[in-house]
Amino acid sequence: MLYQQIIANKRKTILLVSFFTILVLGIGWGIGYIFENDPVSGIVIALVVLAIYLPITYLSATSQVLKMSGAQQVTKEQYPQLVDIVEELSIAARVPTPKIYVINDAVPNAFATGIKPEKGAVAFTTGLLEKLNREELEGVVAHELAHIRNYDIRLMTICIALVGVIAIVGNIGSRMLFWGGGRKGGNRKSNPILMIVALLFVILAPLAAQFTRLAISRNREYLADASAVEFTRNPVGLSNALRKISSNTEDMKNAKPATASMYISNPFGKKRKSRRRGSLFATHPPIESRIERLENM
Amino acid sequence: MKTIIIIAVIVLILLFIIMTYNSFVRLRNWVKEAWAQIDVQLKRRHDLIPNLVNTVKGYAAHEKETFEKVVEARNKLLSGSPQDRIDADGELEGALKSIFALSEAYPELKANENFIQLQEELTTTENKVAYSRQLYNKTVAEYNIKVDSFPSLIIARLFNFNKESQLVTPEAEREAPTVSF
Repeated sequence: MLYQQIIANKRKTILLVSFFTILVLGIGWGIGYIFENDPVSGIVIALVVLAIYLPITYLSATSQVLKMSGAQQVTKEQYPQLVDIVEELSIAARVPTPKIYVINDAVPNAFATGIKPEKGAVAFTTGLLEKLNREELEGVVAHELAHIRNYDIRLMTICIALVGVIAIVGNIGSRMLFWGGGRKGGNRKSNPILMIVALLFVILAPLAAQFTRLAISRNREYLADASAVEFTRNPVGLSNALRKISSNTEDMKNAKPATASMYISNPFGKKRKSRRRGSLFATHPPIESRIERLENM
Repeated sequence: MKTIIIIAVIVLILLFIIMTYNSFVRLRNWVKEAWAQIDVQLKRRHDLIPNLVNTVKGYAAHEKETFEKVVEARNKLLSGSPQDRIDADGELEGALKSIFALSEAYPELKANENFIQLQEELTTTENKVAYSRQLYNKTVAEYNIKVDSFPSLIIARLFNFNKESQLVTPEAEREAPTVSF
């Protein structure tokens, strides 16, 4: 069943990239159409931004995420139990043992990164290591390895990059709207319906992209929870760990909104607390419903 | 036209044979790999036990019966068939539980650095054995289904790919530890 999930994941990645590419092209077309009545140059500009931004993000994502979080690589001598657990569950998940990092932060949290399982890395905060017992830590490690094994990180990295491109192009568009750049020498007539479509694209594409990314992110969390239980055969460890993690309401020191969806639980504790169930804006599903699903396994 | 069809059919059959053969080889290698992992961990456990017994003896020298059980199971770890060795490991795991339970009666033992470290080492080796066994059984099941099902069974008979047996979990593992004061 897991293999089908991995294949489905790869297929979803392709679908998603196509959808985002259409959004990027659409927003480029819209800007071109509104300001210069020249959709082609708008599309070209959008494609150029995409061609530069996407490969850079894709290639630097792993090191960037680790650097931004302030994570330090650790050895077995420093954290014997953590290293043991990662080694154990790598066997269960049949992935190469990832590099192990620790973040000096009292807020309990963890994330995984690496475009391919061979380049995987997992990071845990000191707060997490202090608060969880072995069984709970096994659950968290299994969840992170599930992200690596299911190629979730590749999917989320591409998502983040594409949302970034759409935001940049959209930003240019709205600035031009705001400064009333407008069309000079309107010697060509434009179609009012197409004009409205173009405006809608410029305004709504960034929002649509963001919602899609967040929906995928939430879905991946459920999936990783399920895979984690498949590895450990023990839903109790992970659900207890989530309960302990959710009791924290502080923000992490080095978390950035761009990388928030990479963590096992939203690193912005205050925000998480104020969220209602199943919000469209949430990077993670509500912890209560994740625990509920785990308890029903 | 006819020759083209005949060539196409031959190519297809050859492709099928190559692909099936390769998937048998891959699965058999996975089984071997999983067993190699179990073997490494069993050897590690074998080496850890004397250390553990010596450490615990310093605090609870009179718990002879518990030690004997552990040493007896430990000596069976490295010989016999895979299933024999897994059985011995199950026995050892049961006996170890009684040793770890001893630490509740001897607080000084429980606080001993060396003891804590050995306990973690033995836990991780046992988990690695369990996960490797999971993987081993999953792969063997996949392999056996392939050996038995049509049309891959033709290739299996032709190249002598025989069924492998799964590793059964010993029931003794689940026995509750007994503590004598």
